[in-house]
Amino acid sequence: MVQYRSTTRLYYLAIIFLIILGAAALAAPIIAPFNPTSQDLDNRFLGSGLRHLLGTDNFGRDILSRIIYGSRSALLVGLISVSIAVTLGTLVGLTAALSGGLVDNGLMLFMDSLLSFPTVLLAITVVSFLGYGLVQVMLAIGVIFSPVFARLVRAETLAIKTEGYIEASRSLGSSTLKIIFWHILPNLMGKVIVQCSITFALSVVIEASLSYLGLGTQPPTASWGLMLKDARNYLVQAPWMALYPGLAIALTVFSFNIIGDSLSERFNPKIYR
Amino acid sequence: MAPAKSETLLQINDLDVTFEQSRGDLQIETAHALRGIDLTLGRGEVHSLVGESGSGKTITSTCVIGLLPMPPGKINHGQLLFKGRDLLKLSEAERRKVRGREIAMIFQEPAKYLNPALKVGEQITEMVILHLGMDKIKAGERALDLLEVVGLERSKRILKSYAHELSGGMKQRVMIAMAISCNPLLLIADEPTTALDVTLQLQILKLILKLKNQLSMSVLFISHDLGVVYNISDRISVIYAGKIVESGSREDVFSKPLHPYTRLLFLSIPEAGKGGSRLRAIPGSVPDAEHIPSGCAFHPRCPIAEDICRTEIPRSRNNGQGGAHHTAACHLIGKKWPD
Repeated sequence: MVQYRSTTRLYYLAIIFLIILGAAALAAPIIAPFNPTSQDLDNRFLGSGLRHLLGTDNFGRDILSRIIYGSRSALLVGLISVSIAVTLGTLVGLTAALSGGLVDNGLMLFMDSLLSFPTVLLAITVVSFLGYGLVQVMLAIGVIFSPVFARLVRAETLAIKTEGYIEASRSLGSSTLKIIFWHILPNLMGKVIVQCSITFALSVVIEASLSYLGLGTQPPTASWGLMLKDARNYLVQAPWMALYPGLAIALTVFSFNIIGDSLSERFNPKIYR
Repeated sequence: MAPAKSETLLQINDLDVTFEQSRGDLQIETAHALRGIDLTLGRGEVHSLVGESGSGKTITSTCVIGLLPMPPGKINHGQLLFKGRDLLKLSEAERRKVRGREIAMIFQEPAKYLNPALKVGEQITEMVILHLGMDKIKAGERALDLLEVVGLERSKRILKSYAHELSGGMKQRVMIAMAISCNPLLLIADEPTTALDVTLQLQILKLILKLKNQLSMSVLFISHDLGVVYNISDRISVIYAGKIVESGSREDVFSKPLHPYTRLLFLSIPEAGKGGSRLRAIPGSVPDAEHIPSGCAFHPRCPIAEDICRTEIPRSRNNGQGGAHHTAACHLIGKKWPD
């Protein structure tokens, strides 16, 4: 019981954090104190102070502003790549589960083979085919995570397919499409939403990793991964350059994971609440 | 196709269904689920199909509604004449129009047959919108009317609740409301009371009878509970191992059973008033559909079986015993019992 209360508190904290982050991303031009890309070479490597709350980097750019602007690419990548993954995965999973046989085997074999690659390696491969940049990164992450959704949706659909209410609905004359939208999708939603939350966290990490490797967001656009990359050379001299963007990544990922966990508990009727 | 007699709604002729399952590598086992079912259901009539589990009751009903999984199921031959039209010859789209609109079905466990993710109201209006083309507001009104018809409170609160918020009896009533929402001509009730407790059973049975009269539906009632069947039926057909072994009016079947299986079934009903004597059970069990005995499928369990029963499949016949429409598939109708 105590355990549960503390996780609920964390859950609300995580939601609050993400709401603030989302608001900051939307209102970045208004709330950011400085232009994230304007350099001020007289004020390089400043520590935290009144003028620059989180200090400045090696070009004298304001770190707080860069983090605020960086949240835009992080959240945008998360949102779009998760949408791609959900759409693609749900389509494949539903098709596989409902058609069965050879189609099922073929589709799932392909999905499983995608799943067998290390995520970042696959992302690098996709990006090197499509070219560098934010859009390519979103596509890559979307494709990479679609097998997770495909497997989830397929397994759930196979279970739901045999439920009585599907038979009842068919006995009342529903078509297959009607059954998919009316009966199968609503019953899938819970698990898919949980998976979305976790995938969102992972895609934030992958976007940061790709940007760190120079394959994602291109400078001078602000991105948390890029900020870490810049900080690498000044770790001793200016550790805050790495600390703040690192913290932003960690907190965001942590929040999404907490929300995912709490939601999966909430959607699971077997856990007492 | 010749039009059926006006009072006949559904006529099943010689319906034969097999299931093919692959066991292991190349072995395909064929289960003979229905071996030529004949059944006639008149308009406004309650016809009960009685049998043990595995005898083919439910398969018969899924054939009528058109939900037999194919494969593995396969309809080898037979006719399903509904209003004189052979349902088996219709396309899937045409059948879908019949389903829900003209033939509806209620099921054994209402809890399993209501979608947990949808509000009850949405599920009731689903069919009205689909088949009668009503708009949402009209459909909502219709749903409220239906609640009243099935003996629930006429309240929006029920329409807005989810299945798990309702009691078992309410769920079954909601399911009946869904089934009758388009005034079907035929209601198939597949053991609708089995999962309910006894007082509820009676209420639901009364409701089904009331609705039958109100909407002049016919009911194909599937059950293994002879007490329930006695209360509700006009006609009774007894099914054993995929074949109707006896068919007749309720009075005829209950007072003068012709087939030994029917007689043994009646002997195995516990009676509240009659204490003391040991309950008779029919020895053995229903043969599985992969290994149906030769001749009369019941002969291994039959107390009066003779040689002919082992070799020749008996035809349905009357033999002068019982009423005019009382038939049984037995070689030995009228033979004395050893007791």
